[in-house]
Amino acid sequence: MTAAGPVLRCAGLHRYLGHGAGRVHVLRGVSFEAERGCVHAIVGPSGCGKSTLLYQLGLLDRPDDGQIWINGETISNSSDALRTAARGRHLGFVFQFHFLLLEFTALENVMMPMRKFGRLDEAGMATRARRLLDEVGLGDKTHRLGTELSGGEQQRVAVARALANEPAVILADEPTGNLDQSNSAMVFDLLARLARENGQAVVLVTHNPEIARRSDRVLAMRDGVFV
Amino acid sequence: MSPNLRIALRFLTARKRAMFMSLFGIMFGVGFFIVTQAQTSGFESFFIKTILGTNGALRIEDRMQATMFPMEADGAAGGSDFLIAGEGGRKIIPGIEDPFRISEAVRRFKNVSGVSIVLQGTVNLSTNVSGDSVRVQGVNIDDHLAVSDLASQIVQGDLADYRLTPAGALVGSVLASRQNLHPGDTFTLEWNGEARRYRVSAVYETGVSDIDRVRVYIHLAEARSLLQKPTGATFIQVNLFDHERAPEDAVRIQEVIGHTVAPWQRREKTWLDVFRALRFSSALTVSTIILISGLAMFNTLAMVVMEKTKDIAILRSMGYTRRDIARVFIWQGAIVLAAGAILGCVFGAVATYGVSKLPIRIRGIFSTDSFVVAWSPWHYVAAVTIAAVVVMAASLIPARRAARLEPGDVIRGTAL
Ligand SMILES: Nc1ncnc2c1ncn2[C@@H]1O[C@H](COP(=O)(O)OP(=O)(O)OP(=O)(O)O)[C@@H](O)[C@H]1O
Ligand SMILES: [Mg+2]
Repeated sequence: MTAAGPVLRCAGLHRYLGHGAGRVHVLRGVSFEAERGCVHAIVGPSGCGKSTLLYQLGLLDRPDDGQIWINGETISNSSDALRTAARGRHLGFVFQFHFLLLEFTALENVMMPMRKFGRLDEAGMATRARRLLDEVGLGDKTHRLGTELSGGEQQRVAVARALANEPAVILADEPTGNLDQSNSAMVFDLLARLARENGQAVVLVTHNPEIARRSDRVLAMRDGVFV
Repeated sequence: MSPNLRIALRFLTARKRAMFMSLFGIMFGVGFFIVTQAQTSGFESFFIKTILGTNGALRIEDRMQATMFPMEADGAAGGSDFLIAGEGGRKIIPGIEDPFRISEAVRRFKNVSGVSIVLQGTVNLSTNVSGDSVRVQGVNIDDHLAVSDLASQIVQGDLADYRLTPAGALVGSVLASRQNLHPGDTFTLEWNGEARRYRVSAVYETGVSDIDRVRVYIHLAEARSLLQKPTGATFIQVNLFDHERAPEDAVRIQEVIGHTVAPWQRREKTWLDVFRALRFSSALTVSTIILISGLAMFNTLAMVVMEKTKDIAILRSMGYTRRDIARVFIWQGAIVLAAGAILGCVFGAVATYGVSKLPIRIRGIFSTDSFVVAWSPWHYVAAVTIAAVVVMAASLIPARRAARLEPGDVIRGTAL
């Protein structure tokens, strides 16, 4: 985490979606750097390509052109195995929709990335997961199944889960979209504090001007490019 | 517990009913496979036991003699004759001229457990009521008990009485009831115009109707007088410690003594082939149950994969690899398989026990009053192996499909 330079960087990203006549040029040469200890807010109208960019940065989708680096290493053209390993080691992702594995409890959902990473023992994982849930205000609902939580609660569990392995970069697609004023402030404060205290980079997409205002950097996007 | 197994267990609950259907299918397939194999191979081995208990493992019969014939040198009329061993030409001399020497030679083979000299002839049996053509076998009873299960085949009367009575006879059950003969009754056997009187010491039943209808045992000395054959024998019946080795032993013994030796596998080939075909076809039929539950498993897993694409994408986003995803689904197949196989084996064992108590009366090729079953671990191994191959193959395809999903496609909704 002490290496110099941006933890996550992309340059000249292009992405087309759809086929034939429906083929859309969604990302049109996006370049971006995420700094350690910094909260980045991506804003822009619906359909401009914010989620598409976040999937690229989260290594969940491959660019048609352009490159992505994590800690200075090119990852955009790596094998699936390397990209998967990088996701587990460096990235935490919060999806815009569909957040949890619904057959598992909140606690189990948060422990899921830890189990794969295998760094903590069972008790250590449970303790950490409980603390994270506490921080998103769900300390009393750790044993609720995904199906027994509201949309906003699920979203907060998903935030806690993205933090599970202390990733260098947290990518969150409208992490406060379903939340009321106080809960969105709580989630944002948590992310901002982690950035400051642990030097993690936070990249979030938001439609909330208040959140954007409080971020360290705001990037406006329109029609597949930053303006 | 591996994280993949943990996820697999939880996913199983998402389609409980369909999973239970597959599980029951596997259970019934495995169970029925076991019970049909136990039953068909039970009858088969009972048939073999009957063969060995009546006609023995080996039967030494006629003497083979390489034929020698004279050959004349071409053009040399009236020249010297040569005796040449004929290619494949063999003369068969019926019966055994020197049974004692042959028995001694055969006894020296390590696998041989008993040898009995038999003098056989077809004679006329008559009682005060009627008559019948029967096949009399003169045997030394102690020798013959070592090459047959005659002792346990006695259904009326007593072997001890037979031992003490020089004119005693052992009569087959079908013949006895046809001629209304009971222990203590007398009858005459007539051969070549000379009749001798015998007394029924005991009645035996082998279950083989061809034997029970015509065979009468008398003492060897009596047979020699009756059939007017002071020396020699018709055949020698041999028992082995290891019956499976009969064909190999037959070849070796035949080479040493120069008589034809027929192992039980060759003598009873027709019936043995019938039993084998029956066992195989029942295995094939019952395997279709397993196959169908494999298809059900495939269907269920394919459905779960479809329902869980978003979960798969979430797992992949956390660093779960393609292999992890495949294993989550293979575990589900393996868990259902293991449960189905264990329940199937228990069900198979219970059903096998139940079937063995079912009454059924069979006479003709053997004698039984209930279903015969064979207990063999191999039936269980075979059933579980077939189920494992089918279910694992059925799980592999959905598992690979799940592993191939691209998280980006799933999240955008363009996967599948
Ligand atoms: N499979 C697809 N085929 C064609 N076009 C697509 C496909 N998926 C998305 N798009 C288009 O790509 C563009 C970018 O979509 P994206 O989800 O990135 O938007 P967004 O900025 O996240 O919007 P929102 O704020 O509503 O979430 C949209 O115009 C959308 O119509
Ligand atoms: Mg979006």
